[in-house]
Amino acid sequence: MKIIVSVKQVPDTSGKVAVNPDGTLDRASMQTITNPDDLNAVEAALKLKDETGCKVIVVTMGPPPAEGMLREILAMGADEAVLVSAREFGGSDTYATSQILAAAINRIGVEKDDIVMCGRQAIDGDTAQVGPQIAEKLHLPQVTYAADIQKSGDTITVKRMLEDGYMTIKVQTPCLLTCIKELNNPRYMSVSGVFEAYSKPMSVFDYEALKDDPLIDATTIGLKGSPTNILTSFTPPQKGAGMMLEGDGKETCEKLAGILAKKHII
Amino acid sequence: MDFHLTKEQLMLRKMYREFAENEVKPLAEEIDEEERFPMETVEKMGKLGMMGIYFPKEYGGAGGDVLSYAMAVEELAKVCGTTAVILSAHTSLCCAPIFENGTEEQKKKYLPDLCSGRKIGAFGLTEPNAGTDASGQQTTAVLEGDHYVLNGSKCFITNGNVADTFVVFAMTDKKAGNHGISAFIVEKSFPGFSTGKHEKKMGIRGSSTCDLIFEDCIVPKENLLGKEGKGFKIAMQTLDGGRIGIASQALGLGEGAVNEAIKYTKERVQFGRRLSQFQNTQFQLADMHCRMQAAQYLVYAAACKKQLHEPYSMDASMAKLFAAEAASDVTRRAVQLFGGYGYTREYPVERMMRDAKITEIYEGTSEVQRMVISSHLGVK
Repeated sequence: MKIIVSVKQVPDTSGKVAVNPDGTLDRASMQTITNPDDLNAVEAALKLKDETGCKVIVVTMGPPPAEGMLREILAMGADEAVLVSAREFGGSDTYATSQILAAAINRIGVEKDDIVMCGRQAIDGDTAQVGPQIAEKLHLPQVTYAADIQKSGDTITVKRMLEDGYMTIKVQTPCLLTCIKELNNPRYMSVSGVFEAYSKPMSVFDYEALKDDPLIDATTIGLKGSPTNILTSFTPPQKGAGMMLEGDGKETCEKLAGILAKKHII
Repeated sequence: MDFHLTKEQLMLRKMYREFAENEVKPLAEEIDEEERFPMETVEKMGKLGMMGIYFPKEYGGAGGDVLSYAMAVEELAKVCGTTAVILSAHTSLCCAPIFENGTEEQKKKYLPDLCSGRKIGAFGLTEPNAGTDASGQQTTAVLEGDHYVLNGSKCFITNGNVADTFVVFAMTDKKAGNHGISAFIVEKSFPGFSTGKHEKKMGIRGSSTCDLIFEDCIVPKENLLGKEGKGFKIAMQTLDGGRIGIASQALGLGEGAVNEAIKYTKERVQFGRRLSQFQNTQFQLADMHCRMQAAQYLVYAAACKKQLHEPYSMDASMAKLFAAEAASDVTRRAVQLFGGYGYTREYPVERMMRDAKITEIYEGTSEVQRMVISSHLGVK
């Protein structure tokens, strides 16, 4: 049994957000972090590794510096890493990215007992599309928004967290799960993990390595092949501060009702 | 000379920083206020391999290096002086002398539990009448058959109330002076061992500091650490290493105060301008940062020399002397920059100032460091 976790290096949006003149993110001038939901997927995989002794392989698509992020996840306890990196892959939208990642996962190999895990969505694009698209391309059953994962034999019971409640689903391996922050608290790297991180295996899959995979269509990858085009991007205006009314008297209630009526809310 | 950290050290710094920010900083004010030992933090550090950073894996350590350990103490001290000294005393004063002087059996018996944090370590040298003059030991150890009998007491023992394993010094031959001192590994469960009063301190208030009492304490013969009569040498060597730990603590405290002062002075407005816009603030912070940066170079150099098994006694003393005095000065200046708010417990800089003072005193006062340095210079 093995678990393949797909992760993404994203700009740290808690700092300054920089945008290029063409509307795309100026990633070079921003600090990067591992996408938070992806770390929940990593933790879920490592927890299953603690319980079952399975192997955890982490995979990302990104420029060569993304190796640093992969090494950090190896220091958390993952066993192997795969960096999918090629100029031909640059600028891919979710459709193109999921093709490439699906091909990479295909090359790693998904067997009967295996699980593929992803974060729900990345904080830069916020689409939540890549995980489900990978599952479709690999013909794997998928369960999204996992807030709890229990494994028993080849059956996985997943509690999905939805806006209005929970849904519990049983799924057979192999399958793909997307994970949310409510699932767990990602562990820290360990000191010994850090000292082992650079001696753990890391493979680089470039264009040559993946181009012959049946899932790859050379005309629909990279910036040119991506069906999504960014027309413009802008920072939305900041919302004003809310208004607080204090008091429980009739006067306050009337004032509140007046404000709501003026805004045509009531 | 290479001033660059390795990839692993950079990664560790990130990990220590995240751990300190998320797990240590939120408790710092509370454990100071309540004088509470943060056992939960020690357990977490144990799980992450932080309680045995530079010891080999075969003894349960993380297989790292001395600088990686110094950086851990530094990062913890940036947010909590108490947590930093717990790690420093445990590692430098208990794990290190056992690793460096212990027999294979002693190392295999004691280090795995210490390095994993399942057990906490401490060091018993200071006595009421043997402080800076550590050679005036009055605790005695008499060999009786297969065990030694220890009598006497130790004071100001960091981690004293919470430790399981102690490296303790006692006179086995009173007539021989320094050469009559021997070192022992003492477990808290040994008959005749107890801990005494908890000291109420000015700073590092969450750390445990207490007396150790030996009343016909039975210590098995195989727990003699090193050879009989070599205890003073072991103590001095251990303190050389310990000084790197305390220097790192001082370094972190000063750096933490600079960080807090930068944040505060960029927010606080007086006379219609942010404090950071006043030249006095800019010059103060520039000076404070320079002092801490200089301290960092001294501390890191001492740690690297220890790692390379080069003589580092003077380097450790210089690092501790400079870092401790810099930390006291910089934390005091930080309080001044905060003004009245800095004097309150609403902000962490007064705690940092209280915590910094002890770094000029314990594990060799600044005056002792000057003695060590000048003796290395041949100034007699």
